[in-house]
Amino acid sequence: MPNISRDEVAHLARLARLAVTDAELDKFAGQLDVILQSVARVGEVAADDIPPTSHAVPLRNVFRADEPRPGLTQQEALAGAPAVEEGRFRVPRILGEEA
Amino acid sequence: MSLLIHLTAAELAAKIHAGEVSAVEVTQAHLDRIAAIDRTVHAFLHVDTEGALAAARAVDEDVAAGRPVASPLAGVPLALKDVFTTKGIPTTVGSKILEGWVPPYDATVTRKLREAGIVVLGKTNMDEFAMGSSTENSAYGVTHNPWDLDRIPGGSGGGSSASLAAFEAPLAIGTDTGGSIRQPGAVTGTVGVKPTYGGVSRYGLVAFSSSLDQGGPCARTVLDAALLHEVIAGYDPMDSTSIDEPVPPVVAAAREGAAGDLSGVRVGVVREFTGEWYQDGVLRSFQQAVETLRGLGAEVVEVSCPHFDYALPAYYLIAPSECSSNLARFDAMRYGLRVGDENGNSAEQVMALTREAGFGEEVKRRIMIGTYALSSGYYDAYYGQAQKVRTLITNDFTKAFGDVDVLVSPTTPTTAFRIGERVDDPVSMYRADLCTIPANLAGTPALSVPCGLSDEDGLPVGLQVMAPALQEQRMYRVAAAYEVARDAAQGGPLINRVPQLEVAR
Repeated sequence: MPNISRDEVAHLARLARLAVTDAELDKFAGQLDVILQSVARVGEVAADDIPPTSHAVPLRNVFRADEPRPGLTQQEALAGAPAVEEGRFRVPRILGEEA
Repeated sequence: MSLLIHLTAAELAAKIHAGEVSAVEVTQAHLDRIAAIDRTVHAFLHVDTEGALAAARAVDEDVAAGRPVASPLAGVPLALKDVFTTKGIPTTVGSKILEGWVPPYDATVTRKLREAGIVVLGKTNMDEFAMGSSTENSAYGVTHNPWDLDRIPGGSGGGSSASLAAFEAPLAIGTDTGGSIRQPGAVTGTVGVKPTYGGVSRYGLVAFSSSLDQGGPCARTVLDAALLHEVIAGYDPMDSTSIDEPVPPVVAAAREGAAGDLSGVRVGVVREFTGEWYQDGVLRSFQQAVETLRGLGAEVVEVSCPHFDYALPAYYLIAPSECSSNLARFDAMRYGLRVGDENGNSAEQVMALTREAGFGEEVKRRIMIGTYALSSGYYDAYYGQAQKVRTLITNDFTKAFGDVDVLVSPTTPTTAFRIGERVDDPVSMYRADLCTIPANLAGTPALSVPCGLSDEDGLPVGLQVMAPALQEQRMYRVAAAYEVARDAAQGGPLINRVPQLEVAR
């Protein structure tokens, strides 16, 4: 049975890019533990020889005709952006100081 | 005007197309109703008055000019769940992270509605990213159940279900990942249908769990749901999981069912859907519904689906895993909220601060559960095992449908619970999906049709009817037959017993 510690929740939050607060860590640690204990029941099923299902519908590759068709204009693509500069998405720096 | 809002979509369409009433009048009656009561119900996040009236006018022009109308539902108003993109109209998914976002394109469902001349009144409230069973996870406030304003309207599509029960719209669109169409239908005394996975395009549907998400129709009658089903369903090259097969003949099936004869139809009662989490009044109402089906000529047998007991835990691994991946796109770079872009913060810091500010608690919980379940070392025990359970559930369905035509169960174990009752107990909230999840995992269609009021609290109960993949016509036929018998036995449509709402001043 899983036992999720506060530190593990902090680690998960880092992996998921969530800057959670200390108060949330306290709350989530208990809740995630309860949730994981309850979902761990899937392990009770003997399923060694059972193939996994990822999709209800059998998937096959689909090609479309290789013909150009209109997409979003630059203006439309940028319309919802939080910050725009010179017709492009403006993003914060992507490298740290030490880099 | 008040008469118009009480009509079914089929009745409204007939009057509009015959020129007895204009689509503009019908639309205005619903807009007036929304203006009068939506402060109380809070079904809508956005009302598109001008767009709705313009769409209605276009239908009226067709009728006046003697041109054929665009579809059998042309001119009928509809409430659209705020999870489908609408060009030029805000789409928030109930989340702060998309507050004020105006999509540059229409979802396929939106496009089909517009092309059918259906009048989109506005966007309805929902649990954030469709994660929840009560709409309490919406960043924009809870929706109230018109049967009892202190109770939840179900979720995640509580805005859509409440809009129907409050007579704000005769039609609505929902999405069902684990029960988000059917459970809201059950607790508001309305009809909700989850089509076969791939039956309705997901293009422009903001993704939560891509292998499970499925849009579908909501209405106050089975026939209305069928009419809407045929408008929105069908192959779409823009969705790689769309099924390239003809749409099942659901309207014909609903009409056939309304004749009230189920002779020769084999109905299976799922043995596993009973027990400690089920409210007695719900089980009694369900038993009565089963007797009604028997009275209509159906042959009723008990069926065992032993792995359905593991559907809930499998779902609460698969759905969070897919959501943790899908919601990675909310990175504060291309659209949506951005927080903390100052003091030389890096892109990664801005991303984490934005997601912290923009996502609510349930979304964060699920992202972290998914991150955990997909971690190396845990993958096989959690996600991998859940995918195998999914196979076993599909096998249970296949075996059951070898013996019966449809399966029935209560839609959800309880009637509408009180607002606030389960917010801090995620596992008890998840149990609302106990009976609906197997159909999502197997990709099979299922619907909820109202089956009366629970004798202990006077609140609506839903009868779930499940069918094999692409055999929607079976469940529509059974539900339509049941609906006619129910109305005859109960002295009129159940929805007419919803309390009158005080009109706010």
